[in-house]
Amino acid sequence: MASASEPRKPDGQKPAALTIDGLSLEFPTYAGAIKALDDVTIEIGNSEIVGLVGESGCGKSVTTMAATRLLPEGRYRVTSGSIRLFGRDPFAMDETELQDVRGKLVSTIFQEPMNALNPTIRIGKQLVGVIQRHEAVSREEAERTARGILRDMLIAEPERIMRAYPFELSGGMRQRVLIAMAFSCNPGLIIADEPTTALDVTVQAVILRLILDRAKRTGTSVVFISHNIAVVSQLCDRLYVMYAGRIVEAGPTRAVLESPQHPYTQALLRCLPERVEPKAELEAIPGTVPNLLDPPQGCFYRPRCPEANEQCFAKPPSMAPAPDHLVACWRRETIQPSMISEAQQ
Amino acid sequence: MTIMRIIIPRLVMLFFVVFGVAVITFIISHLIPGDPARMIAGDRASAETLMSVRRDLGLDRPVWDQFIIYVSNLLHGDLGTSLRTRRSVAGDIATFLPATMELGAISLILAIVIGIPLGVASAIYKDGPIDQVARTISVCGISMPVFWFALVLVLLFYAKLHILPGSGRIDMGIALPTRITGFFLIDSLLEGRMDAFWSSVRHLILPSFVLAFANLGVITRQIRASMLDVLQEDYIRTARASGLRRRVIIFNHALRNALIPSITLLGLALGDLLYGAVLTETVFAWPGMGTYVVTSIQTLDFPAIMGFTVVASIGYVLINLVVDIAYMFADPQIREIG
Amino acid sequence: MSVTSPLAQSVPAASGWKSRLHFLWYLTRRSPLTLVGVAIIVMVIIMIVAAPLIAPYNPDKLMLSARLQAPSAQHWFGTDEVGRDLFSRIIYGSRASCVAAFMIVLISVGVGVAIGCLSGILGGRIDTAIMRLMDVIMALPALVLAMALAAALGPSLVNSMLAVALVRIPAYVRLARGQTLSLRERVYVKAARTFGASPLYILRWHLLPNAMSPIIVQATLDLGGIVLIAAALSFIGLGAQPPTSEWGALVSTGRNYILDQWWYCTFPGLAILITAMGCNLLGDGIRDMLDPRLGGR
Repeated sequence: MASASEPRKPDGQKPAALTIDGLSLEFPTYAGAIKALDDVTIEIGNSEIVGLVGESGCGKSVTTMAATRLLPEGRYRVTSGSIRLFGRDPFAMDETELQDVRGKLVSTIFQEPMNALNPTIRIGKQLVGVIQRHEAVSREEAERTARGILRDMLIAEPERIMRAYPFELSGGMRQRVLIAMAFSCNPGLIIADEPTTALDVTVQAVILRLILDRAKRTGTSVVFISHNIAVVSQLCDRLYVMYAGRIVEAGPTRAVLESPQHPYTQALLRCLPERVEPKAELEAIPGTVPNLLDPPQGCFYRPRCPEANEQCFAKPPSMAPAPDHLVACWRRETIQPSMISEAQQ
Repeated sequence: MTIMRIIIPRLVMLFFVVFGVAVITFIISHLIPGDPARMIAGDRASAETLMSVRRDLGLDRPVWDQFIIYVSNLLHGDLGTSLRTRRSVAGDIATFLPATMELGAISLILAIVIGIPLGVASAIYKDGPIDQVARTISVCGISMPVFWFALVLVLLFYAKLHILPGSGRIDMGIALPTRITGFFLIDSLLEGRMDAFWSSVRHLILPSFVLAFANLGVITRQIRASMLDVLQEDYIRTARASGLRRRVIIFNHALRNALIPSITLLGLALGDLLYGAVLTETVFAWPGMGTYVVTSIQTLDFPAIMGFTVVASIGYVLINLVVDIAYMFADPQIREIG
Repeated sequence: MSVTSPLAQSVPAASGWKSRLHFLWYLTRRSPLTLVGVAIIVMVIIMIVAAPLIAPYNPDKLMLSARLQAPSAQHWFGTDEVGRDLFSRIIYGSRASCVAAFMIVLISVGVGVAIGCLSGILGGRIDTAIMRLMDVIMALPALVLAMALAAALGPSLVNSMLAVALVRIPAYVRLARGQTLSLRERVYVKAARTFGASPLYILRWHLLPNAMSPIIVQATLDLGGIVLIAAALSFIGLGAQPPTSEWGALVSTGRNYILDQWWYCTFPGLAILITAMGCNLLGDGIRDMLDPRLGGR
C-alpha cells in the first residue's frame, strides 16, 4: 500500500483531525438532485498542512463545510459515507455540541473578508466575544489574548484596531482579523477556504505565510482550499485534487507535482503560466465542467480527457495506487510502476 | 458637526413643506363652496352684518393679500378661529393633542413589543407554524379596516362581555386628573390618584390595541424581511463558524443589523398612527385630534380642517427628521463618515 | 462562494411554458397563501361582474315588514333598518368599493407614470421642478390631504376618489422616473443607432414594458390599502353617500345599530377585510415571483 499517501500516523491514541470516508452528498432541487460530492475520502492528521485543489464548483468548500455542518440545514442530503472530526461524528452531534466544537476544535477562514465581520460591532468586541465563548476568562484577559494574536498577525497597533469598526479596515486587514479570530481559541484544525483569493496579490503572500507560520508554531492542522495549485503547493505537505465532486488524485505535494498521473492534474499543471515557455501559447482545458444534475456516466473527466476509452465510459474509477501516491484513473491502473519511473528518466 | 449636515437640509425642506402646505390649504379653502361669512353670521344675518363679517375675515381684500395674511398668521401660530367652537384653532388643537399622543404612544409601544419578537421568530422559523401564524396576523393587520376592527372589539368586549369600557378616556364617575402634561397616565400618577390611573388604563386597552394591530402587521413584516436578509450575510456565517451560541447570534449580531433599515418604519408608523387615530377615536369617542377633525369635517368647519392639516404636515416632517437622526445614531458607518 | 455555484449553474433556465408551469406549481406549493389571495380576488371580481345573478334580492328594495332581522335562511346576512337584504347590498356594494379603488389606482398610476416618464426624459430644470413638487406632496400625510380635499370638494364617492388618487400620484412619479432614467441611456443609444425608428416607438415598445414590472407590483400592493382608504373615507362621511351600499358607508350606518343588531356592521367590514387581504396576498405573491432570489425573471 502506498504509505506515503496516508497521513502521518498519530502518536499515541490521539485521533486524526479530520477523516472523511466515502462521503457522497447531494442538494435536492425542484429540478432534481445536484450530486455535489461523490465518494470523497480525505484524511487530515494532526499538525499537517494539506491542500485541497480544484476549480470553482468542484466541491472543495462543500466537503469542508459538510464536516463542520455549516451547510444550510435541510437543503442537503448525505447519501453515503461518514465524517469524523477528532474522532467525533458531527452528524451525531446536536446544535449545542456543534457550537462547542466550532471555533474551539475547528475554525474556518472564508474567502471574502469584506462582509465577514459585523459592521455594527467593534473589532475588539467581536474578538473578545469569540474568546470568551470558548474560554472561561475575564474580559481583560480576553482582550489581552486578542491583542496578542493581532500582534502575531503583524498588526502594528492592535489597540487601535480593537476599537475600530470593520468598515475602517482594508480587505487585507479584515482578513488578518478573521485569521486571528480563527486562531484565537487554539483549534486543532483550521479550514482555510481560499483565504487570499479576494485580496491583492501583494498581500496574498503575507497572509498565507501568517497562517502557515502560526499553524506550524502551534501544531495546528490546516486544510488549504484553493483553485490555484501553484499557491497551495508551496505551503502544503500533501495535496488532494478534486474534480466535479470527486477526488482524482492525492498524495505528497512533491509527488503529485513532479509526476502527476491524472489527466486533469496534468492539464492543470500545463495551464500554469509559470510553467509555460515565454512566447508559447497558454493552454486551456477544452470543454466545460459537467452538469452535476445529470453527470456523465463513468468517469466525470471523460468528456474532456484526451486519453479516454470505453472503460472510462463504463464506471467511475476508484483510487488506485500509483508509484508514490493515489490516483483515480483507469488508464493509470494498467500502467506498471516501473514504466513510469523509466519514462521519467 | 455631522448632525448639522443632516438637520440643515431637512429644516430647509421643512420650510418648503410648510410653504407648500400653506399654499395648498389656502387653495383648498378657497375651493370650498359656500360663503364663510354667512356660515359665521348665520342664515338670517342682514347684508350689513355680512359685510362687516367679511371685512373682519379679510374676505373683501384681493386674494394675494389674503394669502399673505394667512401665511403671516401661520408664522405667528395663529391658525384661525374655529367656526364651530368659536375658539382659536391652535388652542383647540393644543387641548386635544395630548389625548391622541397618549393613545399613539401606548399603541406604538404595544406594536413594537409584540411586533419585533414576532418578526424575529417568524424569520428564524421560516415557513414553520410560527411563521405562518405571524404572516397571517401580519396580513390581517395591514388589511384590517381600523374603524371596523374597533367596532367589532367594542361589540365583543363591551356590549357582549362587559369586561372593558367602550368609550371615553376615563370612567364617568371619576374626576379628571389635574392637567399637567395632558397624559392621564402620567398626570394621575403624579397626583398619586390610583383610581384615575387604573381607570385610564382600562380605557386605553381597546383603542390602543386596535391602533397597534395595523402597525403590528407592518413591523412584523419588515423585521422578518430584514432578518432574513441579515441572516444570509457573511458575518453571520463567521459567527456560526466561530461557535457562538444561537441566541447570541440572533440578538447581538443579527437583530442589531436588521433593526437599522426598520427605523424608517418608525416614521411611517407614526404617520399611520395619526390616520388610524382619526378613525379609532371616532369609534371610542376619544376626545383627541381624531374626533376633532372628524367633527370639523362633518360640520364643515374649514379653519379647523385647514389648521389640522398644517399641524399634521409639519409634525410629519419633524418626525422624519427625528427618524433620520435616529439612523445616524444606529449605523456607525453613517456616524463616522457623516 | 463556491457552495452556491453548483446550485446556480445547474438550475435550468426556464424554457418553454411547461417548465414555467412546473416552476409556478413549485412556487405555489411553497406559498399557499398566494393561492388564497388569487381565490379571493377571483371571487370579488365575480361578485362585481355578476352581481345581479348572485344577489338573491334587489338591494334597494324596501321590505318594511322585515326590518332589522337577524341572519337567517332567507336573509343570510340579515336585513337593515328599512328591510333591505344586507347580503345583496354587500354584493352590489362591491361595485362601489372595488371599482372606486381600482379607478383610483388606475388614475394615479396613469398620471404618475406619465409625469414620471416625461420628467425623466425631459430632464433639466423641468425635471428638478417636478421632483421638488412631488417631494412636497409626499411630505404631507396623504390621508390628511385627502380628507381636506374631499371635505373641500364636497362629500361624494367621486370627489374622495380624486383626492386619494391625487396623493398617490407622487409615488408613481418617482418610480416611473427612476425606471426611465436607468433605461434612458440604453434606449437613447439604440434610438440613435436605429434607422428610422422614432424614439416614441422605442418608448412604447421597449421602455414602458420594462419599466412596468416594479410599477405593477407597487400598484397591486397599493390596491389593498386603497380599498381601505376608500372605505374609511366613506365611514367618516366623505365618500359614498346613501343609498349607495358602499361597504364603508354600510359600516357607518350599521354603527348606529351595533348594540342590538350586530350583523349590520360586522358583515360589510368583513367584506372589506377579506378583499384587502386578497389584494395584499396577491401583491406579495407577485413580488415574490419577480424576486430574483427565487430564480424568477
